[in-house]
Amino acid sequence: MTRGRFLFVLACIGALVAAVETLRSPDVSAAVVAASMLATTLRFATPLTLGALAGMFCERSGVANIAIEGMMLSAAFGAFIVAAMTRSLAAGVVAGMVVGATMALLHAWLSVTLRVDQIVSGTVINIMAAGVTGFLSTEVVRRKAIEGAGLLPAWRVPVLSDLPVVGPIFQQQPIAWATLALVIGAHFVLFRTVWGLRVRAVGELPRAAHAAGISVQQTRYAAVMVGGAIAGIGGAYFTLEAVPVFEPMMTNGRGFIALAALIFGGWTPAGAWVASLLFAAANALHINAQQFGIPVPSQIVGMFPYVLTIVILAGAIGRVTPPAAVGQPYVPD
Amino acid sequence: MPPERPGAVVRLDAVLVPVLAIATALALGGVILWAAGPRFEGSYLGIGFVAEAYLSLLEGAFGSRAAIVDTTLRTVPYVFSGLAVMLAFRGGLFNIGAEGQLTVGALAAAWAGFSLDLPAIIHLPVVLAAGCLAGAVWGGVAGLLKARTGAHEVITTIMLNYIGGQLASYLLNGPLRDRSPLNVIAQTPKIAEGARLPDLLPGLHAGVLLAGIVAMVTWFIVWKTTTGFELRMVGANADAAAYAGVNVVRRMTWALGVSGLLAGLAGAVQVAGVNYRSTLGFNIGYGFDSIAIALLGRNTVSGVVLSSVLFAALRTGATKLQFRTQVSADIISVIQALVLLLVAAEQIVRWLYRLRAADAVTQAPEDGATAAIPPSPAGGEG
Repeated sequence: MTRGRFLFVLACIGALVAAVETLRSPDVSAAVVAASMLATTLRFATPLTLGALAGMFCERSGVANIAIEGMMLSAAFGAFIVAAMTRSLAAGVVAGMVVGATMALLHAWLSVTLRVDQIVSGTVINIMAAGVTGFLSTEVVRRKAIEGAGLLPAWRVPVLSDLPVVGPIFQQQPIAWATLALVIGAHFVLFRTVWGLRVRAVGELPRAAHAAGISVQQTRYAAVMVGGAIAGIGGAYFTLEAVPVFEPMMTNGRGFIALAALIFGGWTPAGAWVASLLFAAANALHINAQQFGIPVPSQIVGMFPYVLTIVILAGAIGRVTPPAAVGQPYVPD
Repeated sequence: MPPERPGAVVRLDAVLVPVLAIATALALGGVILWAAGPRFEGSYLGIGFVAEAYLSLLEGAFGSRAAIVDTTLRTVPYVFSGLAVMLAFRGGLFNIGAEGQLTVGALAAAWAGFSLDLPAIIHLPVVLAAGCLAGAVWGGVAGLLKARTGAHEVITTIMLNYIGGQLASYLLNGPLRDRSPLNVIAQTPKIAEGARLPDLLPGLHAGVLLAGIVAMVTWFIVWKTTTGFELRMVGANADAAAYAGVNVVRRMTWALGVSGLLAGLAGAVQVAGVNYRSTLGFNIGYGFDSIAIALLGRNTVSGVVLSSVLFAALRTGATKLQFRTQVSADIISVIQALVLLLVAAEQIVRWLYRLRAADAVTQAPEDGATAAIPPSPAGGEG
């Protein structure tokens, strides 16, 4: 992410916080509003960042991924049901990763092995995730009256979490903390390891990678499935960290916004994270608008993240270059 | 058709694969129904339950005059929105936004229907045109952005779906809400009598005729006009089309605009023919369904019409299936997803039924181009 774009994001987030500050009803204190904006922004950024990282591994290897939404939705369901059955939240998170990776395996099989158009493959996965989770949530969850296993508890950083205004930032739940670690980890893996180099090679110039002795197909399978597992953690966020229930279609387009964050962030982990923060701030504005009595219809504020996505994709803030081989199936000679 | 004509084999193949995909998906759906039923307890080890479920599905879709009318009424919006996705596909564009375009089309049509005071003879056309216009704008924006800036239409159309949803929620709870004291839900007032589509038969509005006409016009435009030829050129290879002198920016905007127009018309016809108003949330699921319809119909007009009938029958019959067997009607979404999977990855079907690989004509792998569109020579017209 270029410096200009980074500054744009910071300015946008600042403007959003300021907008809530000026429009809030007078009986709410400024410190409460600022604290709430910062804390909700960081929380909402969690699934977006994870979705963007998932898409990053996939697309860096040359496989377009519009199936992040479906992977997260099915993982949200898998995490919920396993956590409820075992009464273990940790098992739920693991189940989310397994479900996410399994959906990714399907995506890889369709688009790498069978060479189905990658956008069509992604659409198939999204529709399948919506259909299967909808069916299972009425047939299994509602019929058997399955109770959720609750939410992951917040981990507080001593001292820092007691600070005024910025304190809430330092009381996050485990997946939110893990997300920050994953951003750093993903950067390291992608740019500092041999495997990361291979992933980027098969996504930029698969023929050259093949000539250098790298298996394009295997590398793509691995990258897509690593992405799927990360999307699975993002899915677990919905049912184990945000709300303790599963609702049909509960990911509500977050997977697509994550994809936009990935593009805006220039297919880098840090860029994707910063872009996710921006979208999350727009979403936090929507939530806080209702909470703090801002005199604009909530639906109009609610359009904001989506309009922002379109504006950003349209390249209003500069263009970025996708991995060269994205969308192209590799046919070995 | 004599078998020696080139293209005849391709044509048979183009029908066989979707039909086998549907059959396989129904068989797999049967396994799921079996698992949701009494399993080994029921008659014939639970297979009787599956048979009963599918029979009730069939009965619910075609078992009576009322059922057939219901299925036909459901087919109509599917034809419009399926054609919408198909037309964009032919131009190499993936319109996932049919749902949003349908929403704004319905809003605009309802608004024109209840707020304007026009003589009956022009009121109905105005209502339909309002729906078309709103849908065309919603789709055209995505087309223009794609053509001018490269913003991927998959994401922009999805974002426009959410924006359309928020807009509908705002308008139907606010400015356009039916203020009569009896109304408790987010919907517009009913449209004027003169703005409604007349009935052909009791309960069956004239939108059926309109769907047939629009299907034929779409076929004509895509296959028999210069515009349609340019559209298909852009879809096959945008760079080559540009080199050949096609205005790609204009053609892409046109493609998603007309695609949106058709989806908007679907919404308008629902308002003018069925609901007589726009209600929040009535359109949920149309976006996904219409993509499935276009893919199953292999992006041909006749395929879209047949797939629309199939999907309408499944959705209509699902109510009876749920009533009889207590299995959630969502099973239809699962079957639909399986159909789509098997149509998209037709190698699975070919492998299952030991069909030989398709001719090079229908299988040519292209870099980045939408493989779901068979680059059609003589055989692929529909």
